[in-house]
Amino acid sequence: MAIDIDIAHVARLARLGLTDEELEGYKSQLADILEHAARVQSLEGDPHPGSAHPLGFDNAFRDDERRPSLDREEVLSQAPEAMDGFFVAPPALETE
Amino acid sequence: MTLHEKTIVEAGRSLRSGEVTSEDLLDAVLLRASQTEAQLHAYLTLDKEGAREAAGQADADLADGIDRGPLHGIPIALKDNMCTRGVETTAASQILAGYVPPYDATVVTRLRDAGAVIVGKTNLDEFAMGSSTENSAYGPSFNPWDIGRIPGGSSGGSAAAVAAGSAFGALGSDTGGSIRQPASLTGIVGLKPTYGTVSRYGLIAFASSLDQIGPLSKSVEDAALTLEAIWGHDPLDATSYSAEYPDVPADLDTGVDGLKIGVIKELAGEGYEPAVESSVADMVQSLSEAGAEIVEVSLPTVDIALSAYYLVAPAEASANLARFDGIRYGLRVEGETTEELMARTRAEGFGPEVTRRILLGTYALSAGYYDAFYGQAQRVRVALRDDFARAYETVDALVSPTSPTVAFPAGEKIDDPLSMYLTDICTNPANLVGHPGISVPIGLDEQGLPIGFQVMAPALGERVLFRVAAEVERLAGFGARPVIEELAS
Repeated sequence: MAIDIDIAHVARLARLGLTDEELEGYKSQLADILEHAARVQSLEGDPHPGSAHPLGFDNAFRDDERRPSLDREEVLSQAPEAMDGFFVAPPALETE
Repeated sequence: MTLHEKTIVEAGRSLRSGEVTSEDLLDAVLLRASQTEAQLHAYLTLDKEGAREAAGQADADLADGIDRGPLHGIPIALKDNMCTRGVETTAASQILAGYVPPYDATVVTRLRDAGAVIVGKTNLDEFAMGSSTENSAYGPSFNPWDIGRIPGGSSGGSAAAVAAGSAFGALGSDTGGSIRQPASLTGIVGLKPTYGTVSRYGLIAFASSLDQIGPLSKSVEDAALTLEAIWGHDPLDATSYSAEYPDVPADLDTGVDGLKIGVIKELAGEGYEPAVESSVADMVQSLSEAGAEIVEVSLPTVDIALSAYYLVAPAEASANLARFDGIRYGLRVEGETTEELMARTRAEGFGPEVTRRILLGTYALSAGYYDAFYGQAQRVRVALRDDFARAYETVDALVSPTSPTVAFPAGEKIDDPLSMYLTDICTNPANLVGHPGISVPIGLDEQGLPIGFQVMAPALGERVLFRVAAEVERLAGFGARPVIEELAS
């Protein structure tokens, strides 16, 4: 089964700024891996419901109690750029 | 026996008899590290200062009559994907170079509470993605049994350290076999506990429904007592399970008489090395002679489990690794917009295997392909769970090789991702269904390379798992230790 992948689209979704050459390399490797992975489609028998959890445990809740969070200065000390208690990032929206 | 060769149990005995101090134990592993690190590269960080302080405290406590249990004063290594407050934690990725966590993972807190001395952080495949440790951004680790070969992965640094004696025991993480396979390839014991029994809080996430922390050790008993120290419910992990620690020690000497053990038919044949198959068959025969009833069982879905694994794990990874965005921690490559900054940072910071898996997972989850790939993989997962449930209606435990091959030469599979993925074929079913699995060394092949034997049990079946594993260890009588070649200067 030949799998055609729009690799540039996938890389954009994943926020990976790869070169055209890198994209071509990954595209052909992914096609091989997906050909093997496509064997999941051979599952026979009754349609199974599917599960994202290995054991099907119940949802867990913790007590809704206040407790101290991590120290802000310590957390921000790991940021590439921080100012006045905030992380600093370039604009997320285009401006005119 | 030199000090660094002792098991945790033996070292603990020497400590309590007053024969050695915790500082002596630390000196022994640090000396061993200084003799072997140039060949093995098991560690990314040695925290000599922190370890020295903890060992001194352990000695002072013992002198005051405070004994925190079997791990008290024992030098233990941690895979570098577990957060340690104040000690660099990189997950072997450039994107986290220099990252110093502001908190300890729950397992780290539990080890400290148990009096363990944390020696350092061990090498791994970047973000635990790989089976050879060659995907580390800081260079591969090598196998103490043959330094031209890989130690397995992704917990290859932890395995190499324990096998070489530069730690008495270690923690690793196992998403598809990353504790059991390197344990097998380095001749030590490696355990993946039941999903949810050991907290994942502070473990840098790869695939959250599969990831599980567990011990690598020189003996089955060491694995049991390390598990006891880290086992238990944690409100900081929503998938943590509240189950009492089963009375594993009670059954370590019980033997297998009266147990029914299933041999998995699908985990044999093409691709399995003859030495691995014959050692495993001999052990099955020995278990039978020791009183176990042996039956062949078929788990047909195992044949497509690997395919499901390589959709589920990358899908979850692609979501988990979205957090590495160049804004809150780790590497940043500047850009005009947030999106450009993220795309540049991630392209620069992630290595090829991590990039490949993020792309694969993103594709498997994307509109138009979700149902055919990720959705179908989830259905395979349930079918596999049904297969195991059917098998456990008639057997108490299942056995197989841990890895189809012994340790392979460095460089052999690194350019062929699919052949690397196939090395996980025996181990990843247990991750998909959340069951416990353990690898026990049973012998050496004709080249002198270790072979591991895998035992699996139902969820929360650690007691029977260890009962069988302890008997396998006794029957194998595996006492060989690697002789580490000097590097040519």
